[in-house]
Amino acid sequence: MRIGLALGVSLIFSVLVDVRLLKGIADPAGSTIERSLPALGFSNVRNVGVGKTIRFVIEAENEKEAHEKVESICSTFLTNPVIEEAEITIENLEKVEGN
Amino acid sequence: MTATVGVAVFPGTNCELDSIHAVESLGGNGKILWHSSKNLSEVDAVIIPGGFAHGDYLRPGAIARFSPLMSAITDFANNGGPVLGICNGFQVLTESGLLPGALQKNKGLKFLCKTVEVRVETENSTLTRNAAKGAKLSLPINHFEGNFTCDHDTLNSLLEQDRVVLRYCDNPNGSIDDIAGVCNESRNVVGIMPHPERACDSLLGSEDGKVLFDSLLGAN
Repeated sequence: MRIGLALGVSLIFSVLVDVRLLKGIADPAGSTIERSLPALGFSNVRNVGVGKTIRFVIEAENEKEAHEKVESICSTFLTNPVIEEAEITIENLEKVEGN
Repeated sequence: MTATVGVAVFPGTNCELDSIHAVESLGGNGKILWHSSKNLSEVDAVIIPGGFAHGDYLRPGAIARFSPLMSAITDFANNGGPVLGICNGFQVLTESGLLPGALQKNKGLKFLCKTVEVRVETENSTLTRNAAKGAKLSLPINHFEGNFTCDHDTLNSLLEQDRVVLRYCDNPNGSIDDIAGVCNESRNVVGIMPHPERACDSLLGSEDGKVLFDSLLGAN
């Protein structure tokens, strides 16, 4: 009866989540940095935004599954959808045998 | 019958004893609710007090919302139980989805610690039923992330449904429409940034918070 079942081979993905404020949400940290740049001699810098990055590794059968898991983690926990959005970058690290 | 008010404590909460002191000075019973507990059986109302629940890591309230106590408080609130979130407690309530909007970093990036004037905007909430609409209260604020933010549709529904509970007389933190506190649609869940528990004794400079705690104690 085991014929046809998945072999239990999963992959490890390195994940980088870039959390940003939604467009239109005030970013006091970003504006403060932007305002201070000219005083330091850096001109013509615009659209400064301050967010945060979160890195972790995750095991999944394939990249699509990894992406879905990470999106779910982001929407339930890593971002507050009222004010934030996330850009997810996923990289396949290596294959894990077993399970 | 004396009302028993449960006061939630997460690792990093630091206003629980002030809240209990305020409740007991007005004749209620205060009871600590530890974040891993789910038992609200002997409680008539809940306060989620100020502090830095779980160190405010990730976002204020983001981790506290997943605690066993918060799922019990959510059930309690959905059954009509009175719930007050003060400062960090307000942040926990927005993160939990029990109240709309979010609390962003203060405009100006300053941690604010001072006494401000707020205006009671509705008498129709579990926190303000004994207060007079238009009354000005002198209450301390003590926050870095108190800048209430929401989209225009949410703001419009808050205004249409008379759900702004308190407004700042002189907006200290950039909150949209000067909002210092809001309630849910059923009006039994209220979140405010000011600390009325620190204004319930003349020794502390103001007793203006008493009317709010009186309302809460009589709410059930």
